[in-house]
Amino acid sequence: MGMTMTQKILAAHAGLEEVRAGQLIQAKLDLVLGNDITFPVAINQFEANGFTSVFDKSRVAMVMDHFAPNKDIKAATGCQKCRTFAKRFDIDNYFDVGEMGIEHALLPEKGLVGPGEAVIGADSHTCTYGALGAFSTGVGSTDLGAALAVGYTWFKVPSAIRVNLTGTLKPFVSGKDVILTLIGMIGVDGARYQSLEFAGDGVKSLTIFDRLTICNMAIEAGAKNGIFPVDDITREYVAGRVNRDWTAYEADPDAEYEQTIDLDLGTVECTVAYPHLPENAHSAREGKDITIDQIVIGSCTNGQLADMQAAAAVLKGHHLAKGVRGIIIPATEQVYRDCIHQGLVDIFLDAGCIVSTPTCGPCLGGHMGCLAAGERCVSTTNRNFVGRMGHVDSEVYLASPAVAAASGIAGHIAHPEEV
Amino acid sequence: MDAHGIAHKFGDHVDTDVIIPARYLATQDEQELAAHCMEDIDADFRKKSKDGDIMVAGANFGCGSSREHAPIAIKASGVSCVIAANFARIFYRNAINIGLPILECPDASAGIDDGDEVTVDYDTGVITNVTKGQTYQAEPFPAFIKDMIQKGGLMASLKGTEE
Repeated sequence: MGMTMTQKILAAHAGLEEVRAGQLIQAKLDLVLGNDITFPVAINQFEANGFTSVFDKSRVAMVMDHFAPNKDIKAATGCQKCRTFAKRFDIDNYFDVGEMGIEHALLPEKGLVGPGEAVIGADSHTCTYGALGAFSTGVGSTDLGAALAVGYTWFKVPSAIRVNLTGTLKPFVSGKDVILTLIGMIGVDGARYQSLEFAGDGVKSLTIFDRLTICNMAIEAGAKNGIFPVDDITREYVAGRVNRDWTAYEADPDAEYEQTIDLDLGTVECTVAYPHLPENAHSAREGKDITIDQIVIGSCTNGQLADMQAAAAVLKGHHLAKGVRGIIIPATEQVYRDCIHQGLVDIFLDAGCIVSTPTCGPCLGGHMGCLAAGERCVSTTNRNFVGRMGHVDSEVYLASPAVAAASGIAGHIAHPEEV
Repeated sequence: MDAHGIAHKFGDHVDTDVIIPARYLATQDEQELAAHCMEDIDADFRKKSKDGDIMVAGANFGCGSSREHAPIAIKASGVSCVIAANFARIFYRNAINIGLPILECPDASAGIDDGDEVTVDYDTGVITNVTKGQTYQAEPFPAFIKDMIQKGGLMASLKGTEE
């Protein structure tokens, strides 16, 4: 019996010819990642255990993105702790205000993750890099602290769900709609402990940014990782970014899957996940009665240039409905700069939005757009749990940049064709 | 190493945002995190719960963010053990790593109600509902996990093992 793509990457990093679902392995890591919330806890663990060196200062990434620019004194203290650690160990890839971005947009952009690599990050959305054909998964701070010291960690080899994609997306439909539709089909624990392996003829019609968004939210179906095959679109994206040897792994033709899900991309609609679980998928056309107070366009899920362009295409020549606040957050400094040069910032400002420096801020109710009791937000982020963006009685509706933009203009949940 | 306490019952898909809301994540202080444990799903949890109490939940407990602050907050609030039908994978790993005992047991998850008196025998995996006179069988921890929990977590268990 053959192996899935994920299993092949794990086998290679464990130095094994073959691995099987359920097997416990120890695997070498190409990169370990933490942010300003999770890294301080990892430092506590690292120091409490008396470690005095990191395994490889070029294979550690530290990104100050969640509560940075520092939202308060406690956040400032957390970032300071990270900064001190980065200096002490001369960490190559420490990203602070001025050069940082939202970690899962920044690392691919900087070429820090390549196809076939194995990455852990103390952030659940570390699964994003599967879009590049890498194995990457979220862990906690203790796992990060240990991996910082030794450069390897243990894994239970996951079984997999094969998502067989066919067809092409309709206008205004994007990777976000695909993943919200899929989570709606299988539920928030539909892929618990498993890999979501995307395959089929439909893959080639998805841009790298669609794929990044899809893999980013694999965790919202409970998956250990999401992963796409490596093709010309992947090669084009990593060219000039990943300046080291990398390997394109392919699933064996006889790989074993727990199940195969067929999804015709042509049937996917603009989709909105209603509170309070990402599985509550509805068509964007059903939401006329749901008035909103805010839109957020950004995050590790939808903060790439393609996302900004999709939002701008809808917002151009329009203004937000009275009473709606619009918060646009390009995910990296580069995306921010591109938004300026391409005239997108003018479109956003003309529409009545603000454009922020990169930060995870509002996605997790940190800063830059928390919600009051009773307020509703259409957000391109990844979670709509109770209290996620602020008050426990506020509501988050997850959607694509195009749908969030259309909803901002309409003042209620809207399909981009309606504005 | 056993647990004995009153059950606090929760439903399916209890996410780490309600276990410890992000607005409190700027600190790493365990007692400060514990003070806000579960407050967005049960505002009175900290008032009602006593040291040694047991958390019982449905499916996919701990889903969402990888924040280790979630199991830290639960452990520091005095909860001795979490029993659920099943757990989200990052939370499961984090809980074991910091030495918070957690057991997967769908029967116990279904049978135990809020306020029931519960005991757990970690050696056998037997969960007893003293109030209802029922027992449920969970998979007992393997020796290395038990060792890790007894010593207070992964890092503590590694101490003294370096060559």
